[in-house]
Amino acid sequence: MDPVNIQSVQEALDGFLNKEVYVHLETTNGAYASHHNEKFFSAGAYMRNANITYERAKITGDGPYRVGLKIPFGWVYAEGITHYEIDAKGRLLLAGHDFDGKLAVALQISLTPFE
Amino acid sequence: MEKERQVLVVFPHPDDEAFGVSGTIASHVNMGTPVTYACLTLGEMGRNMGNPPFANRETLPSIRKYELKESARVLGIQDLRMLGYRDKTVEFEDQEKLAKQISDMIAELNPSLIITFYPGYSVHPDHDATGAAVVKAVEQLPVGQRPKLHCVAFSNNCVEELGEADIVHDVSAVADQKIDSIKAHQSQTQLMIEGMAEGLKQQDPEVLARINFERFWTYQF
Repeated sequence: MDPVNIQSVQEALDGFLNKEVYVHLETTNGAYASHHNEKFFSAGAYMRNANITYERAKITGDGPYRVGLKIPFGWVYAEGITHYEIDAKGRLLLAGHDFDGKLAVALQISLTPFE
Repeated sequence: MEKERQVLVVFPHPDDEAFGVSGTIASHVNMGTPVTYACLTLGEMGRNMGNPPFANRETLPSIRKYELKESARVLGIQDLRMLGYRDKTVEFEDQEKLAKQISDMIAELNPSLIITFYPGYSVHPDHDATGAAVVKAVEQLPVGQRPKLHCVAFSNNCVEELGEADIVHDVSAVADQKIDSIKAHQSQTQLMIEGMAEGLKQQDPEVLARINFERFWTYQF
């Protein structure tokens, strides 16, 4: 993955406008967060292969970046995005890595379901 | 370490075998005991992507599959089975089905020793669910026919509630193989290995103890 280039990511986001896409959205602090620090409240969520169509998409911020996708009855949102990749299958992979390089957030968009 | 007829190791993630059990596995293999390692998932949801990141969410499974095979190779595991579950979802699967799969493996392999996680004391929900399924499978056997069940536990309350581990193996003779197994999981252990190498150099007693000794709790039915 490469550090976010706003223009490339925006172009990739726009490439999926008004198309039926599959989305992987995830936030995580890892399964060991509360084990290493009992005062830490562990929380996370992921959705894999949610099938949506968005009419508007934007990446913004000074880095780490925020991304919002406007869908017919709501929004998809991710913050903390640091890296991106358009992979060989044409999928847009966005990820936020923390200060140790560990994945903290991911938003991925594809025309076909993720395996 | 007692010589076993056959060892069956059941863990949910590639690298679960590396940290606390690889020395024990290597010792059994070196004694000529067949070891089967059933790994439930490919650790698809791991957070470590290498630093700087060389993996991403979608390439991680194939990278970790390769690392798992590499770890099995350095430990001399002949029978590595990947069961095809998905990371972080083991506890939501049909527990009967999982226990049945393990029962079938027990019937096929007739192990004298099974190694897994101690349910309730292993921190990650996948660890606890895996251990619980193994316990369920072993429990179904008549008491006299049950293989030994050695469990790894590391929750903060494990010693307080289970007492000290009743099995402690000195694996210093195979420490190199153990370190190679940990290193094989490069995407996950890069940072840790650096700390470990430094600890070894400084003869840090905590690091030495982690490498040279492996602890298990015999499951109490």
